[in-house]
Amino acid sequence: MMPEEYTLKELMVVRASKEIKDGEKVFIGTGLPMIAGMLAKYTHAPNCVIIFEAGTVDSKLLDLPASVGDPRCVYGASTCTGLFDIFSMLQDGKIDIGFLGGGQVDKYGNLNSTAIGEYRCPEVRFPGSGGACDMACLSKRVVIIMKHELRRFPAEVDYLTSPGWMDGPGGREKAGLVRGGPTTVITDLGVMKFDPSSKEMYLDSYYPGVSIEKIRENTGFDIDCSRAGETEKPHIEEIALLRNKIAPKGSLR
Amino acid sequence: MKGKEISITEAVKKFVNDGSTIAFGGFTQNRHPMSFIREMIRQGKKDLVVYGHSSGIDLDILVGAGAVKRAEIAYVGDEQFVTPSPNFGKAAEEGKLEIQDYSNYGATLRFLAGAMGLPFMPAKTMLGSDMLKSGSDKGKSEKKFHLMECPFTGEKVVLLPAAKPDLAIIHAQMVGEGGTVMIYGQKFADDIIAKAAKEVVVTAEEILPEEQIRQKPALTCLPFFEVDAIVKSPFGAHPTSCYGLYDYDPDHYKIYVKAIKSNSFDEYLERYVYVEHREYFERIGGVEKMERLRADPVLGYSPNLKR
Repeated sequence: MMPEEYTLKELMVVRASKEIKDGEKVFIGTGLPMIAGMLAKYTHAPNCVIIFEAGTVDSKLLDLPASVGDPRCVYGASTCTGLFDIFSMLQDGKIDIGFLGGGQVDKYGNLNSTAIGEYRCPEVRFPGSGGACDMACLSKRVVIIMKHELRRFPAEVDYLTSPGWMDGPGGREKAGLVRGGPTTVITDLGVMKFDPSSKEMYLDSYYPGVSIEKIRENTGFDIDCSRAGETEKPHIEEIALLRNKIAPKGSLR
Repeated sequence: MKGKEISITEAVKKFVNDGSTIAFGGFTQNRHPMSFIREMIRQGKKDLVVYGHSSGIDLDILVGAGAVKRAEIAYVGDEQFVTPSPNFGKAAEEGKLEIQDYSNYGATLRFLAGAMGLPFMPAKTMLGSDMLKSGSDKGKSEKKFHLMECPFTGEKVVLLPAAKPDLAIIHAQMVGEGGTVMIYGQKFADDIIAKAAKEVVVTAEEILPEEQIRQKPALTCLPFFEVDAIVKSPFGAHPTSCYGLYDYDPDHYKIYVKAIKSNSFDEYLERYVYVEHREYFERIGGVEKMERLRADPVLGYSPNLKR
């Protein structure tokens, strides 16, 4: 495909969908993670199990839900219960991926979805954790998807809602977390991963037409770009599915 | 009226006091007991302490009406329409609302402890989060959380205090005259919240003879004695969805958000809250609107809804 045939937001969702392997159990948050999850299910991972915290397991998703508690989540589900049931499976270690967005992410993949500024009288109040902190604490691995902007990529988050690698190697263990941690951050500019020894974010790939310089400018901490190559372009079928079936309202254009 | 049925006016008068701790069923834009909440505003209830997990317009409209002193929640948002919910966001930023943040699992486990008659519940979530640092200003007698080592394995766990609200309000598709509750679709944490609360009011789309609802006891989720009063409230969850019957109302959410963003929330309250339910129904678009929101019986939602 030619670069003008897709938007960066569409490429972001296509790239995010690749994180889901066929057959995996995926705990999905509201927004872009839902679009990525639906795309995975309609393409390379038809047997992935999409789980929503409000109570549904493996729904068929004919229409894009607006929230994890949407009536659209119920259709064709294997079970339909509630928060206690779903989160308890998560705590028991049964969920492969937690798929999350957030207001801010720092170099260790810690997420803020609570507040910017002081906790009391903040400059900006976000909706709060919801199930994000639970997914970040208890999934086997975490994939983060969000817009790449300087204010969203500070060196340190104002409020640590959902733990990533905390303050580096050993941080999660020290906090008492038994598993997990973020593996990938997917934005509208590129794909970031975490160094296995330092746990710091590095640039893994940049989107066609996006310069490394642009990524540095929009990142509030030093980011290692020495390992980066160009991200694979999306297939025409993936873009067609997004436009015609999954997000036809044009929210990704 | 038969059995436990009372009017919505009577229910709010009898069960809600200024300063009550209260929990609402539902989840973000789904199945909140909105007709009950609008009556709470009409009766001028205030200083409420609201316990929740994923709140939305239920908490937000009360915050906007100046009825809430404190909220112990995990999330307050109206999803694609606006996050956070606008009155909540504004009150938080102006420091006008006491807030205590938990995660959704943490908030649910607090209700579960309440429902089990236990003082707390241990968990492996929220560890490492700032939610276990800040916001623990409940006063000397009440703690937000306690960290400890498990006496059996030595691993770190957090203990979360039980939530036992004075009152829970649940909106259900069906309730029996005696109080047996049937909810379709996701139950969210409604059954747990109801069992944790000291008193429970159920608003329902339909009230059935008790023996009729008991023909399918495998599908009911609350025994009759947990429920203190029932209120018949068709479309009582509007503008939130009620699985299997009607979808959420995107038009109304847009009106709501616009009113707050243009500082005309008082006019919103005047038009949509300080009116009888029948008149409210006309003002939101009447029969024509409900036709558009009406759920497909197989899908459980309105597939052609303009969202």
